[in-house]
Amino acid sequence: MKKRKRKGEAWTIVPLYLFTLLFVAGPIIYMVVLSFMTRAQTWGVVPEFTLKNYQDIGEPVYLKTFWESLKLGMLSTVLVTALGYPFGYFMAKLTAKWKKRTMMLLMIPFWTSSLIRLYGWIIIFRTGGVLDSLLSALHITEEPLKLLYTYPAVVVGMVYALLPFMIFSVYSSAEKLDFSLVEAARDLGASPMKAFLTVSLKLTLPGLLSGVVLTFVPSMGLFFIADILGGNKVVLVGNLIQEQLMKAHNWPFAAALSVALLVLTTVVIWLYRKLSGVKELEGLV
Amino acid sequence: MEHTILKLEQIRKSFGGTPVLNGIDLEVEQGEFITLLGSSGCGKTTTLRIIAGLESPDEGRVLLEGKDMTGTEPNERDVNTVFQNYALFPHMNVEANIGYGLKIRKRPKGEIREEVRKMLSLVQLSGYEKRMPSELSGGQRQRVAIARALINRPKLLLLDEPLGALDLQLRRQMQQELKRLQKKLGITFIYITHDQEEALNMSDRIAVMADGRFQQIGTPSQVYDAPKTAYVARFVGSANIVCGTVKSVEGDLVTFQNGDGTGVFHSRGFSFSPGQPVTLAVRGEQALLEQGNREGGLLATVKEKSFSGGMLRIAVEFSEGVEFICSRHGIDSALAPGDKVRVSWEAQNACPVDLEGIS
Repeated sequence: MKKRKRKGEAWTIVPLYLFTLLFVAGPIIYMVVLSFMTRAQTWGVVPEFTLKNYQDIGEPVYLKTFWESLKLGMLSTVLVTALGYPFGYFMAKLTAKWKKRTMMLLMIPFWTSSLIRLYGWIIIFRTGGVLDSLLSALHITEEPLKLLYTYPAVVVGMVYALLPFMIFSVYSSAEKLDFSLVEAARDLGASPMKAFLTVSLKLTLPGLLSGVVLTFVPSMGLFFIADILGGNKVVLVGNLIQEQLMKAHNWPFAAALSVALLVLTTVVIWLYRKLSGVKELEGLV
Repeated sequence: MEHTILKLEQIRKSFGGTPVLNGIDLEVEQGEFITLLGSSGCGKTTTLRIIAGLESPDEGRVLLEGKDMTGTEPNERDVNTVFQNYALFPHMNVEANIGYGLKIRKRPKGEIREEVRKMLSLVQLSGYEKRMPSELSGGQRQRVAIARALINRPKLLLLDEPLGALDLQLRRQMQQELKRLQKKLGITFIYITHDQEEALNMSDRIAVMADGRFQQIGTPSQVYDAPKTAYVARFVGSANIVCGTVKSVEGDLVTFQNGDGTGVFHSRGFSFSPGQPVTLAVRGEQALLEQGNREGGLLATVKEKSFSGGMLRIAVEFSEGVEFICSRHGIDSALAPGDKVRVSWEAQNACPVDLEGIS
C-alpha cells in the first residue's frame, strides 16, 4: 500500500524533472556543445571540434570587456545593496498598513515594460532634459551635464532596474526577524551597532545573498541598458554576445562567451558564499 | 543591613494614548525575589521593559542603586532579562549564546569558555556547548536563556513569565530550581507571572498589579491572608467578595447586614461605625453552609454543585443575585440545588478590603 503510494508520488515529480531538463539543462548543454564547434563560412555551424572560440576570448579586447562587465556588475551590486538593504530592512519594520502601501509603490513600475521605463531615463538624462532643467532652475548647474550615453547613466539604469529585487529579498528575510532577539542582544550589553552586526545582519544575510545573486547575475548581461543609456561607449559581455549572435552570426563564439560568463558568475557567487558564511544561516530564521 | 537596589518613582507610560502604567512606585531590596503578579494587560511586562531600558517611561524615574538610570541605554544597565520566548540567537550554539554578553565586553576567549562551562553546570546542562537552540527542548532552552542572562552577573535579573511555555511538571521543577539559583547567587530577581500559585511559591514579596497600578505589595502571606483590595482577594486568594452595611461594632468584632442576613468580621485595626458600607473578602473554604433556622449568616440558595481537584465546590446565590462559591474537602454533601442555606464564617476569616479593581 505504502509502496504504491510512494511510486505515485514519484510520478508526480516527473513532469517537473522533464521540464527542467528540457528548458534549463537542455539549452545549457546545447550552448556548451555549440561553443566547441566551428563557424560555417557564410551561415550556421559546422560540427567540427575546436578550441578556437575559447582562445579568442583570451584576446585583450574581449578580456577587457569581461573585466569592465565584472566591474560594472560589482559596482551596481554594491550600490543596489547600499540602497536596497536599508530599504528592505526598515520596510519590514513598518506597520502592516504602510508595508502594503510601500509594496504597492514598488510593484507599480512592473506594470509597464522595463524597456519603456528605461526610455524614461533618456528623457531625464538627455541634454536639456528633465534633470538638466531642474538643476539649472535651482541654479545648481549652469551648463548641461551631458549625462546621457555616459558610464554613470548606465550605472543608474542598472541600479534602477535591479533595486527592487534586492529590496524584496532583504524584506522577506527581515520580516521574519524576531525583534526580541535584537532586544536580547541590547539587554546583554550590545550597542545598537553591535546588536545589528551580530544579530540582525547575520540573520538577514540569506536575504542579502539572494539579493546579491539576483542583482549581480543579471547585471553582467543586461545589454539593453548599456545600449540605451550608454550608447556605444559602454560595451558589456552581454552586448558582445548579442553582437556576435545577431550581427556577426558567429554562434559558436557567442556560445563560448556565454559559457565563460556563466563560469565567471558562478565563481564569483561561490566565492561570495564562501566568504560570507551564509550557508550555515540558511533556514534558521 | 539591606539596601535598596531598585527604586521606581511615579512611572507613567501610555501607548498610543492608552495609559498602561498609572504612576508606579516600587522599591526592591538587594537579594530579594519579588514577583509582579497580574493578569495579561495589567502593565507588568511594560514595567519590566522600563526597568531593562527597552522602553522609556513618559514620566517618572528609574533608580538603580540610587543612580538615576531613566534615560540610560539597556546595554549600559547592570540589568539582564530572561525573555518570555527565551529569545535565544538561532544562529549561535549554546556556548555562543551564553557567552554573548562576555564576548560583547571583549573578554578573553579562554575566560569566556570557562565562564560558560560554569554557567552550564549551574543550570545543569553541562556538555551541551555545541548544540544549536533548535536542537533543545523547551526546558533546556529556558535554562540556556537563564544562563545567558546570569553570566554578566547582573545586579538585577528580570524574568518575564519564564516558565509560561513549559508543562506543569517541568514548571514546578523549574520553580524550585530558580529559587535555588537565586538563593545561591544572591542576585535580586524581579519575576513576572500571571500564575498566583507560582507567585506564592517562589516570592519573598509579591506586587499585585491591575490596570497599571499596584494593588498591594507584600509578602505572600500578607497578600494571601490580608488582601488590601477586592481585586487582590479575588486574584490571589480566589476569595468571594461580599458587600454590606456595618450594623454594630463591639471592640474588634464588627457585625454587618446584608439583605435579611447578618455576618461578622474582624476589624483588623481599622475603625468602623454603624451605617458605613463595607466590602469583605471571604475564601470559599472558610465559609460554612448550614440549613435550618439558626440565627445569623447570610441567606442564600444553592445553585450548583461540582467536584474538582479533591474539593467539592458549591455555588450559592444571595438574594440579590450575587454568587458565592464554597469549597470543602470531601466528596458529597446533602445539599442540593434549590436548597435554602445560611452562609457564615468566623470573624477572623473575613477580611475588609477596598472595593477597587472590580467592576
